[in-house]
Amino acid sequence: MIRSSHLPLVVTILTFLLAFTLCAAQYPAMLSTRVIANLLTDNAFLGIAAVGMTFVILSGGIDLSVGSVIAFTGVFLAVILRETSIHPLPAFALVLTITIGFGAAMGAIIHYLEMPPFIVTLAGMFLARGAAYVLSTDSVPITHEFYDLLQSLYWKAPGGGRFRLTGIIMILTFVFAAVVAHRTRFGRNVYALGGGQAAARLMGVPLAGTTIGIYAVSGGLAGLSGIIFSLYTSAGYSLATVGVELDAIAAVVIGGTLLTGGTGFVAGTFFGILIMGLIQTYIVFDGTLSSWWTKIVVGGLLFGFILLQKGLTWATTTRKKPVTDFAAQS
Amino acid sequence: MSNSVQATFKRIMPQLIILTAVLVLNFIVFPDFFRIEFQNGRLFGNLVDVFNRGAPTALLCIGMTLVIATKGIDLSVGAVMAIAGAAAASLVVEGYPWWAALAGALGVGTLCGIWNGILVAVLRIQPIVATLVLMVAGRGIAQLITEGTIMTFLDPGLIHLGAGTIFGIPTPVVIWIGLGLAVMAIVRRTALGMLIEAIGINEASSRLAGINSRVLLISVYLISGFCAALAGVIVAADIKGADANNAGLWLELDAILAVVIGGNSLLGGRFSITASLLGALIIQSVNSVILLSGLPPEFNLVIKALIIIAILVIQSPTVKYALYILRASAQPIPSQPKLQAKESPQ
Repeated sequence: MIRSSHLPLVVTILTFLLAFTLCAAQYPAMLSTRVIANLLTDNAFLGIAAVGMTFVILSGGIDLSVGSVIAFTGVFLAVILRETSIHPLPAFALVLTITIGFGAAMGAIIHYLEMPPFIVTLAGMFLARGAAYVLSTDSVPITHEFYDLLQSLYWKAPGGGRFRLTGIIMILTFVFAAVVAHRTRFGRNVYALGGGQAAARLMGVPLAGTTIGIYAVSGGLAGLSGIIFSLYTSAGYSLATVGVELDAIAAVVIGGTLLTGGTGFVAGTFFGILIMGLIQTYIVFDGTLSSWWTKIVVGGLLFGFILLQKGLTWATTTRKKPVTDFAAQS
Repeated sequence: MSNSVQATFKRIMPQLIILTAVLVLNFIVFPDFFRIEFQNGRLFGNLVDVFNRGAPTALLCIGMTLVIATKGIDLSVGAVMAIAGAAAASLVVEGYPWWAALAGALGVGTLCGIWNGILVAVLRIQPIVATLVLMVAGRGIAQLITEGTIMTFLDPGLIHLGAGTIFGIPTPVVIWIGLGLAVMAIVRRTALGMLIEAIGINEASSRLAGINSRVLLISVYLISGFCAALAGVIVAADIKGADANNAGLWLELDAILAVVIGGNSLLGGRFSITASLLGALIIQSVNSVILLSGLPPEFNLVIKALIIIAILVIQSPTVKYALYILRASAQPIPSQPKLQAKESPQ
């Protein structure tokens, strides 16, 4: 018997498999390893950002600054590689330190000033995007041998699919994040915080450390996602990745994580990303559909999955509580 | 009566002070800021511009204030603006008169609001998620209406809504002030405002007290959709075209910010539309001060973000409490026990 808390995850995976089967039935070429490899490569940066978003949403918060931080990271790397002779590796370390610090600062404001995450990360979004503008308003190309080296790393699968380094980093991030979320104390604290702040405090969860840690993780992963994005596009542009936070939130919700926090799986987000990528791939294959259908289909999917979660929550609470309780229903 | 005026004044005091400060800042960087001229039958001046450019945000935050007062949030307003603008444009392009296009756009916006309201009130989905659906899908729908192009139109009646004047005052200013006064009259001259606050404070108990929270919640989102549609039509009329991609982009965030700067809690409860509208004017004045100061435009967002963070930190409960403690220790008898009461629900 599948536990009800696992059901959203199972439904997400089944949806993906069903959608993929339908797509493959219509366009058999979809089964090639090239399509699968591109699915991973094209969505690598979004996937990594969505991992951070999963932690934030599991804790009952939200991080709107992700897209801006990705853009900032790209511009920062591009400018620093153009202006100085620094090697990309220390530059990566530097930018990750900045984004982790940025996330931690937002977490600290959220915790110590008791301000809603929505507003704090909204200000953070303006700040990071603004910082990117200040660095450069143009699209700055990145030309460095090390970048060429990283971009040339791939494993060529039979069938011609190229599993690039970026896609592999995304998968590793997901595996690592799943272990952290489900097997470590920090992960348990995140779930406890999402279940209820007051209860978490009474359980002895260190609220300050956990909140700051969560937003630092989200900031750091947004930074990593920015590095991946700069590898993907070989440039840094301050107007890039506008609205990625919404795609990340949508992927997390489609992946079965409750936006109220406390319930969800990192693996679900992975399949959420794949479903969204699949929609885009299908539109490319079809050729007659316009790109705006992506938004409409993603919106429809969001709605469907939210209804499903709602139905499940409703079913489980009424089964546990035969006496109708107003508070439980609302 | 004079008592309630005094109470309102006290409530909007911080916003008035901040607005005055920002306007003075405007005056410092640009001494001609307050000069208003009457030319060609309309008012000109930087102050008029602040009111005019602030119209979309101001309209949005009328609806947003009510939604936030019910402990909700409406993320879809920007997308609804795009849909309404696209609907109005496509209707006039097809040859309908401007008032029919306006009515059509407002109708579409109202429908969007009802959709959000049903998700929140009937299906009991969290507001932030419920409105996210339309936020994501809405721009796609708008592009479906305009078929992916920027749909331009030349109908003078519709353009008048965005770029014309009424008695010398730009139409958008008349619209937002008029709608603001109307909504304020509706919620404050009747018990509606109080009922909305009751839902925000505790929905379950408000329902037990006999408030029809379901209908009220739907109507609150309906008003928000209506306001968004009006803002969308104004923005489209201003540029004489419907841009499905960029109309109202990130304006939902400006509107939420205006409401928060207006001192309304995101946790619902007591609200003040006047304060929210002042918040919208503050945001627009900040934009104006950055523009007039001649700083490189790259710095706009950073400065705006820093000013907003400063305003929010000043208004955060912890800092308020710390100020209260400071004031209380400075004078032996605490004169404002109200702040203490605000802290207690946590």
